[in-house]
Amino acid sequence: MGWAIALHGGAGDIPLSLTLGSRWPREEALHHCLQIGVEALKAKKPPLDVVELVVRELENIPQFNAGKGSVLTNKGTVEMEASIMDGRTKNCGAVSGLKTVVNAVSLARLVMEKTPHVYLAFHGAEEFAKEQGVETADSSHFITAENVERLKQAKEAHRVQIDYTQPLQNGTKEETSNSNGEVQLGTVGCVAVDSYGNLASATSTGGLVNKRVGRIGDSPIIGAGTYANELCAVSVTGEGEAILRAAVARDVAAMMEFKGVSLEEAASYVIHDCMPKGTAGLVAVSATGEVAMPYNTTGMFRACATEDGYSEVAIWSAS
Amino acid sequence: MGWAIAVHGGAGDISRSLPHDRRQPREEALRHCLQIGVEALESNLPPLDVVELVVRELENIPHFNAGRGSVLTSEGTVEMEASIMDGNTMRCGAVSGLTTVVNAVSLARLVMEKTPHIYLAFDGAEQFAREQIHLHCRIFQGVEIVDSSHFITPENVERLKLAKEANRVQIDYNAQPIQNDTKKEKPCANGDSQIGTVGCVAVDSHGNLASATSTGGLVNKMSGRIGDTPVIGAGTYANELCAVSATGKGESIIRGTVARDVAALMEFKGLSLKEAADCVVHERTPKGTVGLIAVSAAGEVVMSFNTTGMFRGFATEDGYSEVAIWSDAQVE
Repeated sequence: MGWAIALHGGAGDIPLSLTLGSRWPREEALHHCLQIGVEALKAKKPPLDVVELVVRELENIPQFNAGKGSVLTNKGTVEMEASIMDGRTKNCGAVSGLKTVVNAVSLARLVMEKTPHVYLAFHGAEEFAKEQGVETADSSHFITAENVERLKQAKEAHRVQIDYTQPLQNGTKEETSNSNGEVQLGTVGCVAVDSYGNLASATSTGGLVNKRVGRIGDSPIIGAGTYANELCAVSVTGEGEAILRAAVARDVAAMMEFKGVSLEEAASYVIHDCMPKGTAGLVAVSATGEVAMPYNTTGMFRACATEDGYSEVAIWSAS
Repeated sequence: MGWAIAVHGGAGDISRSLPHDRRQPREEALRHCLQIGVEALESNLPPLDVVELVVRELENIPHFNAGRGSVLTSEGTVEMEASIMDGNTMRCGAVSGLTTVVNAVSLARLVMEKTPHIYLAFDGAEQFAREQIHLHCRIFQGVEIVDSSHFITPENVERLKLAKEANRVQIDYNAQPIQNDTKKEKPCANGDSQIGTVGCVAVDSHGNLASATSTGGLVNKMSGRIGDTPVIGAGTYANELCAVSATGKGESIIRGTVARDVAALMEFKGLSLKEAADCVVHERTPKGTVGLIAVSAAGEVVMSFNTTGMFRGFATEDGYSEVAIWSDAQVE
């Protein structure tokens, strides 16, 4: 036993030919966020604080689809959503439809701690943010040139993307962008457990490229994109609709509890046996400090570390 | 085996001294909606159509907290939400934050069938409703838009007033808002659990399952607050084993992933429908917070609640039917 942490920056059809220019900043960012989480755990911060801290970092990094760098709706706007859950108490908080809040995950936590509710969305959530005095910014803060381009391509292809493989850049043929058109990256998340077995999970996203205004995905849905109880903490990424339908995060925990299987088995089963190929990935930790990071997509930006000194940052599988 | 259907009009701290004139219209309404569902099943309509049909009826009845008769937000407005799920395909649809759409459950179904998404909310959902109507030039498949005032009843205006005075968010309404000088009603005694939500689950004789739930939410809720009703796995769930619709304190139902847990217990632990429902309601969710109705692919029906009562009814193909509010047995 000991602490453990895992985080992701999205699962999807990440081409193996991903250029260094696209790959390196993300790997660097994952290293950085992992380090922040590890230091927080070493400093004995509660896992709930740790996952919030790490997801805030991920939200601030424009290369991932959350906070700054969120993909755009069909109207060219951002609508960000997030959720957070404390495994010990099963308290949770969620937000959707944010346009100006810099860190959706922190607002989700405030919903959990400062209101009698679990989930606030759209104007009501923005109002609450104002009341709480959280950091807000003009929409332009969140919108990146890459995402404007992705939206343009998605519209041209009449398609809603999970978010981005990569948008075509100039004349480059290196990137096989949108070749399948279907599955790409999405979402950021973090799960953590301390050496006492306290668990927490948090997930945040901008959603799907070219989504309809008002569309809610799996990230703010407790039991779909995020879940934590006394057995495990799970954060999911991929095609929101498929994840919602399959109650992915809840099912990992339910299999452990009701069937008595291990974290590894439960996570693997849910991803590989219950989800259509190419639709999902997750990171999970158990109360006993195990880590699982299965995905059925081409790749998943991910990182993990455990108290015994192991750590890893990866995109694809070793094999 | 045979078809089976169950409906609910909300679980909560429904006082046993509920006066006749408050009780009778609701029982009558449940009977009426149940009858509609039964006739639909008898004419071989798919369960997905049946649950939508029945929930539309429940939404239109002002005595229940959904559609017309929805409780009010802290701003005195309505924000309605609903979800629907088809057990066979596991396709689902959900909507939140509706202010002008007469039948939220039908809009949820349209999200499921006409968009690549599952869940639309607030302006985006209202916009979608308008597009659907525009596309079809008039009322289309019951997507009708009216002024918000249509949904607001004097009872609910009163409930909101009481809740504000007590500075409390109610599940929605306890026995009833104090009316004039009556001393008969003990309004808001606990201040906490009350009625909320409507729902329907159905299975046909082939084992096809479906579930739908709809609500106005919590009295005096913050604008933008979303409860369990539109959350797949919390308030609504259906797969090949069972269909579930939950009611009660939304926050507890979300935390407890109630609807999904009933199915998960059946699937992963091999429990029967009744065992699974009772386990979730009586062992896994705080007392006074939840009720649910569920049917299984084999035609079984369960209606479990840990509140004082739950407005409910069910019918099965063998001719049995029942409408009830409290349990016969003493509260466990």
